Amino acid sequence: MNVRRVAAVAFKEWREVTRDRIFLLLAFCMPAVWMFVFGYGLVLDVEHISFVVVDRDHSSLSRDYLYRLYQSRYFSFQGELAGEGEADAWLKSGKARAVIIVPEKFQERLLSGQPANVQTLIDGTFPLRADITKGYTIAINNAYNVDLLADHLARTRGLSHDEALRRTRPLGLEVRYLYNEEVRSTWSTVPALIMFSLMVSSPLLTALGVVREKETGSIYNIYSATVSRMEFLVGKLVPYVMISLINVVVLWLMAVLLFAVPFKGSLLLFFASSILFILTSTGIGLTVSLLVSTQQAALIITVVVSTVPTILFSGLIVPVSSLSQVAQFQAHLFPGMYYTNIVRGTFLKNVGPAILWPDVLALAVYAAALGAIGYRLFTKRPSV
Amino acid sequence: MRVSARFTVWCRRIAVMTRKELLQLFRDIPLMAFLIYSFTLSVYVTGNGIQTQLKNAGLLVSDADRSVSSRELISRFHSPYFRFDGELTHPNEGFVRLDRGGSMMVLDIPTRFHEALVSGESTAVQLLVDTTNSPQGLSAAGYAARIVGQFSQELIMTRNGQMGSSSTTVPMILSDHRVWFNQDQNETWFESISHLLRMITIFAVLLPAAALVREKERGTVEQLLVSPLTPAQIMLPKVVAMTVVILSATAVALFGVMLPVFGVPIRGSVALLFLLTALFIVATAGIGVFASTVTKNQAQVGMMTLLVVAPMLLLSGIFTPLETMPAWVRYLMALSPLRYFIEIATGILLKGIGLEMLWSQVLSMVALGGALFGFGMWRFRRQFQ
Repeated sequence: MNVRRVAAVAFKEWREVTRDRIFLLLAFCMPAVWMFVFGYGLVLDVEHISFVVVDRDHSSLSRDYLYRLYQSRYFSFQGELAGEGEADAWLKSGKARAVIIVPEKFQERLLSGQPANVQTLIDGTFPLRADITKGYTIAINNAYNVDLLADHLARTRGLSHDEALRRTRPLGLEVRYLYNEEVRSTWSTVPALIMFSLMVSSPLLTALGVVREKETGSIYNIYSATVSRMEFLVGKLVPYVMISLINVVVLWLMAVLLFAVPFKGSLLLFFASSILFILTSTGIGLTVSLLVSTQQAALIITVVVSTVPTILFSGLIVPVSSLSQVAQFQAHLFPGMYYTNIVRGTFLKNVGPAILWPDVLALAVYAAALGAIGYRLFTKRPSV
Repeated sequence: MRVSARFTVWCRRIAVMTRKELLQLFRDIPLMAFLIYSFTLSVYVTGNGIQTQLKNAGLLVSDADRSVSSRELISRFHSPYFRFDGELTHPNEGFVRLDRGGSMMVLDIPTRFHEALVSGESTAVQLLVDTTNSPQGLSAAGYAARIVGQFSQELIMTRNGQMGSSSTTVPMILSDHRVWFNQDQNETWFESISHLLRMITIFAVLLPAAALVREKERGTVEQLLVSPLTPAQIMLPKVVAMTVVILSATAVALFGVMLPVFGVPIRGSVALLFLLTALFIVATAGIGVFASTVTKNQAQVGMMTLLVVAPMLLLSGIFTPLETMPAWVRYLMALSPLRYFIEIATGILLKGIGLEMLWSQVLSMVALGGALFGFGMWRFRRQFQ
């Protein structure tokens, strides 16, 4: 491999990039804009679930109970219905996601020491939201139950309020959160967004690189030149790898300075694996570019291949461990998952190569394999 | 007569050009293969694979008591939410295992746990939770709290029972849930629908955008412009052709994968669903058309559209519920046709509702599509003058 020829191809490619001002601008803006929008916008705490109530009891206790729901930031009260018959329209139109029905004799039963059933109708179209709504109502009911029981014990057994309250909690749960002690949503999304921004933007930089030359015919200059296959491919990649390297530094700075996510681990490990990751992500674009014959196809295939698995199977939101087996297999086929482990590990966990080596190795293997595939696919003597 | 003759010519031109676009699309074998993959296998894997609710959260246990009660408590952490990853012999081992990843939580049960419970004292168990993925961590802690709460409540019942009163005479609210439209909370329904929408969006934006820019880049648009075609007659056939292709792919996904494999119900009108899907495709294509008029080559248009499409895909309420979004994101997403179409698609398929409840979403989509498309058309015309 002749370094001068590589440099010549890289220089030519760099010129092409810098002359296209819009492309250059977008290449640097896209990851940063995403980091900004998603860093602030992709919040994962479900709040303001809209709900309506049917209060069949209209007692002071039922109002007291419902007041807890009105007060909760997790719920957003939309109104009171005259009867259960109206629930259907509210849930179907999506104006309410839950209907809470307080039964008749709610107060009477509770005061006489009997259980009362509170029914919640939930819009199940989005199972995640349905599940969270269920969890919130259970939590609110349980908290209310503790107070009910304490009052009951205090009344019937003649205990002091504190003693009664103690008796209602025979078993407590002390939760300690590790790595993200205040459980901030941004701390867990922002590092993963570095992965997302790189994984989605860098393949696109190289995706059109070779196919454009094929479409316009300028590839024949390369076919007839002395430059070897390897030299051409390496030269082609260099400018785009450089752009992504600058981007990873910018993204890291945004994460640490703008979003104040602590970086606990080793910078060397982070940037070394980032280089490997950039090689693989730009390599994916290059491989697609070699496989197709039109830019349109290259564009769409790259977008689908880079975006979909990154959103779904890289641990961005849904952890890989809770995927089905086929999906887990697919997750292991894409480099995003390994890099997410490294990014979260170095940012939040302060774990080193001793633990992250399999992920780093996977990225290295990935980069090498893509290089080999690219080399095999590219030929200077096309049959057509 | 002359008006109708003109109209016939107009229609013919559109038909001829649409045919040209379709031919051009079908000749691109890799692209077609990928289209089929995206609307079949990809829908299957995603619909089947994604679990947004807590599942298989790895739990390690450090049980210092080793009693009936501690074992009983541990056994309550069961699948599908939790996965038992083994017992720890040394308390510090927990940190190491969590560092390594794989397991998500460590449950620590103190000595004298059983004794305390039996003698009526209060005690507590400790739970360490890995919150590098914060929503999952919170969810796991929430489930754990529910389990411990239930355990605790049963204890109170038995203690009260021992004191002579029957266990049903405890004042408490029993939570009774009815999940509508998807009783079993079958996640494949929503996940496959949202994935289908994701694919429609990507193809609807990118196909016309790339096709329009390609003509510009190669200069073939000049040939078309000197022909008797008006700019609208150049642009519309592209959108018509793409809409036909994407609608067919949607039908394949719906009738080939989602209905037979996942049992997704169609409770509303199929005709309405396809009509509104077509509207959604055209409205979304407006973004592509607009992007194609402000860019010169396909690399630019690819980046430009993806810049907009990625936030659409992540923030329109097909990935996480709209209720999670900060207010400014919800306002911003009022501009995303996908935000309305998810309500329409789940509404027709799962809730079985029709226009009488969806009219506001449909109107928003029409207004948005009209504006995007009109603006794109205006720019498209202007750039050649």
